[in-house]
Amino acid sequence: MSSEETSEKKTEEPKAEEKPATEKPAAKPAAEKPAAKPPPKKPAAKPAPKEPEPPAFEKSIADKITEKFGENTSVSFVKPDRVGIKVNRDSIHQVAEFARDVLNYDHVDSVAGVDYPADKEIEVVYHLGSYTDSSLDRQVLELATRAQREEEPLPGRDSTKLPSLRDIFYSVEFHEREVFEMLGVYFEGHPDNRRLLLPEDWADLPPLRKDFRNKGR
Amino acid sequence: MSKPVLPPGLAIQKADERIMTLNVGPQHPGSGHMRIIVQIDGDYIVACDPDPGYVHRGEEKMAEYRNYTLNVPHLERPVIHDSCNILYPYVLASEELLGLEIPERAKYIRVIASELNRCVYTMYWLAIYGIFLGHSTMFMWPAGDRELLIDLLEKMTGARVTHSYFIPGGIRNDLPANFEDVCLRQVNYFEKRIKEYADVFYDNPILISRTEKTGVLSRQDAIRLGTTGSVLRASGIDYDVRKKEPYDVYDQLDFQTNVMKSGDSYARSRIPWLDMMESCRIIRDALQKMPKSGSVRVKLKPNPKGELGSVYKRVESGRGALGCYIVSDKKPEPYRVKLSVPSFRNLIALPHLLIGEKLGNMPSIYWSLNYWPVEADR
Repeated sequence: MSSEETSEKKTEEPKAEEKPATEKPAAKPAAEKPAAKPPPKKPAAKPAPKEPEPPAFEKSIADKITEKFGENTSVSFVKPDRVGIKVNRDSIHQVAEFARDVLNYDHVDSVAGVDYPADKEIEVVYHLGSYTDSSLDRQVLELATRAQREEEPLPGRDSTKLPSLRDIFYSVEFHEREVFEMLGVYFEGHPDNRRLLLPEDWADLPPLRKDFRNKGR
Repeated sequence: MSKPVLPPGLAIQKADERIMTLNVGPQHPGSGHMRIIVQIDGDYIVACDPDPGYVHRGEEKMAEYRNYTLNVPHLERPVIHDSCNILYPYVLASEELLGLEIPERAKYIRVIASELNRCVYTMYWLAIYGIFLGHSTMFMWPAGDRELLIDLLEKMTGARVTHSYFIPGGIRNDLPANFEDVCLRQVNYFEKRIKEYADVFYDNPILISRTEKTGVLSRQDAIRLGTTGSVLRASGIDYDVRKKEPYDVYDQLDFQTNVMKSGDSYARSRIPWLDMMESCRIIRDALQKMPKSGSVRVKLKPNPKGELGSVYKRVESGRGALGCYIVSDKKPEPYRVKLSVPSFRNLIALPHLLIGEKLGNMPSIYWSLNYWPVEADR
């Protein structure tokens, strides 16, 4: 298993840098015709998603949440098949419970942490999906909540904390562990807040924070 | 700067006199690049702690420094055998952010490439699954037959693996001349060939007795743990992103999803094999319905800037639903790229399946999860 992988890696590595050069000539013959097309398309496409009202089913999901939780939640977007809700740190647990028990979402697709140093906050985004409710097959509900960010992080021992959703959605177990090590967000109530992907002796900043810079970049 | 913290769970634990702690991996061929810490009481596993991360490469961090096109070659690294599928959600999401409309022919070619790639990946996985059950024929046959499709992909993309074929805006280059005929011939032969695997492997009483009723994942658990792909469908839930949320032209193609109810190791290994036959169907159908000419990519501006906002897209890869979440802040580089990979999602099922099983069943259960360590680590 490893032999092919490593050998491919060696031979391909220089290629990754060459690639933009090889790509350009390939683009030219095909590009001449459609080159004229995109400009008229873009202005036509831009007002289109903004003008028509949001899809009804998705809007009803968003309305249900905002009605129940009022000021603690705000709708960030309603797109076809996608609903984004911003939730206060304190009510994320209740909103997730509501999404599970009333809206029938039953698992978490992914948990992504995004660092916003300018706002002094770290956002954690839960993508919820459903296997059991066929009306939600295409839907992904995005619950975003923000934790306070510290300049000198001490993962697990500073104020960067959020309530864990592990008791509501069991599937977040490893995802939350990943967010903890990558961004330093401690999930209160998670039974197993250990490192997952990083080495045990990692002593630097949580690597997905924006102030952690890759060498040479 | 934080002080070094040794996670308590990874420190050496003093176990009971009769309980032995065993590290499987991270360089053990039976686990791939990953460590599974198991505690055994005699022959039975009493505790299991998967420890991924041995091949963590920080793909998500690297993606924050490169523009949308330059991210393509390195984001496919986590699964080089399924490189089209791991790029698929990234490319779909960046196209939404960049506001690109993809030519019809490119959509069909993408579907063909992604289905070929799914088969290539599954054959590789099947070879490993076979050899770890001690079935050498099942290593040789898939490893050999896989070459048929690799040849096709090489004709399409120029590389055996790591194709970098999908790019925001379409695909890198058009099909070579006469590709349709060669593809049809190879795929037909491939399908005939994989049907023979039933005789030697899937209907083999030794395999059935080793894998049936081992590592049973119930329907409720499969949902609760948020598993995906073949693991989910083997537990009786008919969820395939290609059917449920069709992307590109999957809604125009004729295929079924395969579901089994038993949720055991056998069902989990059979579903990918059945899926390969559906892939052959999809490829034949796509070859027929594909527009015979036309452009295959939209020209991009140099360093295109994404719209302000975020997009979450998902596709069905060889292992299950693969999602990509991109946050853009109107710069040429994405602000954040998050890959939600099926291997990582299915890993949570491993402790549930292993506890209470015999150690000898570990390879069959572990590999039946269709787990790819490098993908889980990213």
